[in-house]
Amino acid sequence: MAYSNKVVDKFEKTLKDPEAASVGRWKPGDADFDKVGTGIVGAPACGDVMKLQIKCDEVDGVKKIVDAKFKTYGCGSAIASSGQLIDMLKGKTIEEAKEICNQEIVDILELPPIKIHCSVLAEEAIKKAINDFESNDDIRKHNQ
Amino acid sequence: MKPIYLDYASTTPVDPRVVEKMQDCLTFEGDFGNAGSRSHSFGWKAEELVEEARLNVANLVSCDPREIIFTSGATESDNLAIKGAAYFYKNKGKHIVTSKIEHKAVLDTCRQLEKEGFEVTYLDVDEHGSISPEIVKGALRDDTTLVSLMHINNEIGVINDIEKISEITRDKGILFHVDAAQSAGKIPINLEDSCIDLMSFSAHKIYGPKGIGALYIRRKPRVRLQALFHGGGQERGIRAGTLPTHQIVGLGEAFKVAKQEIDSDFKKINSFKTKLYDGLKDMEEIYVNGDLENGYPGIFNLSFNYVEGESLIMALKNIAVSSGSACTSASLEPSYVLRALGRPDELAHSSIRFSFGRFTKEEDVDFTVDLVKTSVQQLREISPLWEMYLDGVDLSKIEWAS
Repeated sequence: MAYSNKVVDKFEKTLKDPEAASVGRWKPGDADFDKVGTGIVGAPACGDVMKLQIKCDEVDGVKKIVDAKFKTYGCGSAIASSGQLIDMLKGKTIEEAKEICNQEIVDILELPPIKIHCSVLAEEAIKKAINDFESNDDIRKHNQ
Repeated sequence: MKPIYLDYASTTPVDPRVVEKMQDCLTFEGDFGNAGSRSHSFGWKAEELVEEARLNVANLVSCDPREIIFTSGATESDNLAIKGAAYFYKNKGKHIVTSKIEHKAVLDTCRQLEKEGFEVTYLDVDEHGSISPEIVKGALRDDTTLVSLMHINNEIGVINDIEKISEITRDKGILFHVDAAQSAGKIPINLEDSCIDLMSFSAHKIYGPKGIGALYIRRKPRVRLQALFHGGGQERGIRAGTLPTHQIVGLGEAFKVAKQEIDSDFKKINSFKTKLYDGLKDMEEIYVNGDLENGYPGIFNLSFNYVEGESLIMALKNIAVSSGSACTSASLEPSYVLRALGRPDELAHSSIRFSFGRFTKEEDVDFTVDLVKTSVQQLREISPLWEMYLDGVDLSKIEWAS
């Protein structure tokens, strides 16, 4: 298990202060829950489950990710990859977030080849969360 | 701080008493001779040391020293016992019986024999991981020549009733090989009183050096093996190669010390396991893998549900333990041993093996209890599965994406 210091740092910071690392959840009934998109990827039997939530709002006429939270079950690099994804998301417009590619996470965290699937999982999580937000948004518009 | 070592099932530090003996067999001032040199005192002295070591091994497991040969380790012993017997008796039959939770040294050897035209039955284990004598009996056929089973399982510590199984195999005239890498020096073994035909030993699992092991080959009734290494005829031609005096002396001394300390070591290790389990058993959603009551206490395997094992190992950074999680293996597959117990895969991913030994201290266990509790709680805090569990969601009913 030859992890870079970056993975170890990210992992340890997440454990020590989960709130500061954006660990958490929005659940139905919370204020603004209609602005939240959720993406859950992975499976317990495979040893990785990532749950990403993004909160989006219109800022200066464009839809932006104003906040994000996650919870991850998985190895150290899966947890670090989720935290890294969160850092990359905040403040981005939805269109910008769609462009996020797993390779960026691999590069920043210096993930070993055998752990690249953790970054792929993170990319899938953001895609799924955006998808969820957009389909909810369509329903909302339709109902208005 | 130096991490606390709780991975004795993986390997052990060499006992200082063993190191001392080994040092005397290396330099010009010491006994560096070749035990095969019959023409001078250097060789005679080396031979004397090798024979003393052989006697130490024999004394620990109650057999005749002439029934012990030295190998490079338990992997070689397993290979020699299984392939050696399979090849020698191939005209009698080509069927071998083993189990699904053997060490890879046995499983891969059997796979190789399958490629060479042998047939292998891999027995299922019960929910605790043990193999009942009845199941062994039911798998035997007219063309079965060998049964190979481990004494103590390296991942879960379950102990097989090898004496009982050996009576069944003897009754049918089938050879019985036991991999005792994890059990020699840890729990009593009496080969004289059993019907076991072949037994593999390792030095580095009982405070001896790496790179040396031994194989017991019964003399009465005589067991024949086809050699795998050919050369200078050492070890009665069964295992050629210059005898590494210092390694053999180290193995012998380790076995001698083990015989003296087997009871006190066991008592101590058993108290550590009890302490660890008492400290953790009130945690929610933890599972013992193996046999809590009758297993070997030096190998204690627990699953912490909803926490992935590798991340837990990372959180326990001042403790050296191992996991059955896929993420700690090169193959990205969770432990085949834990899967064979019939538990869901996620419990294999969530498992940690705590393995105590001669140099474990009570305060190490106290420290471990505290750190495990804190770390599991922290990781559950960030686990979406724990969140679902608390919400009352049945995880088995969810359709997971991949």
